[in-house]
Amino acid sequence: MLQKDPEFDTIDKNAIDPHSWVNKYADYLFSYAVFRINDQEQAQDLVQETFLAALERQEKFEGRSSEKTWLTAILKNKIVDVYRSRSSGLSKEIIQADIERSDEDFFDQNDGHWNDQHRPAKLGIETSDALENKEFERILKACMDKLPALWLSVFSMKHIDEETTELICSELKISSSNFWVIIHRAKVNLRSCLQKNWI
Amino acid sequence: MKELTETEIKKIAYNCRKATYLIEKQQIGKITLREKLELKIHLTGCAICVTFMRQSAVINQMARKLVNADSNTLKLDEKFKERMQKRINSRLNKN
Repeated sequence: MLQKDPEFDTIDKNAIDPHSWVNKYADYLFSYAVFRINDQEQAQDLVQETFLAALERQEKFEGRSSEKTWLTAILKNKIVDVYRSRSSGLSKEIIQADIERSDEDFFDQNDGHWNDQHRPAKLGIETSDALENKEFERILKACMDKLPALWLSVFSMKHIDEETTELICSELKISSSNFWVIIHRAKVNLRSCLQKNWI
Repeated sequence: MKELTETEIKKIAYNCRKATYLIEKQQIGKITLREKLELKIHLTGCAICVTFMRQSAVINQMARKLVNADSNTLKLDEKFKERMQKRINSRLNKN
């Protein structure tokens, strides 16, 4: 009887087969990009560019990672390019204005206390049970999409892709103090948006 | 001197902006010993920021899960895929 050897399968996966790329990975890469740049049309283009760039570099694929990991790494670089071009279009003044505007909303300017409408209330999501909640997930996604583009880039790179702070600052050309302020404001903003739409 | 310290503590105890900033910083980076102490003082007296801290951690986990879940895979337009495959094939044939 012929038995499928799982070991063999793995080796097989590490070979390269561009004819099957679209079929196997297009949806995955597309989703990967959409979640990170929140622009379907641009995400579509990035997937195509990824495949074409991968074709050019076929001989550099060493089979140490899977095809999927390799393609994802290429896409990831392209996403960072998008982040970079988005943030380089922003002047220091705009970055600062975004930050200050949100600050006034959330906290009292004098004593730094929570303003009434943004004060955190218990939502029943304080434990990780909330992770199973699809509705919560949907609202969080909508709230993430509403963040200023630079904030979403910083948030995604840090909390989803777990990049180092140094890398994020140098890729996006922001100072480390702005990085921390954005990390803070993005979270306060997301949390407040969740609360507003959850109740 | 003593008075100044008390005012300082008061400032920390009531400043939720600073406390939430330190909470975020602590989650992914390092805060100084002094900042740790400040945060501790604040959280002892501020249940609201304790709630913030818990929700903040859940948001991080949820965001990661949301983006990585297979069930959330989006579908790329079929016609676009066809055109893309054709482009790939034509490049392959050139080589």
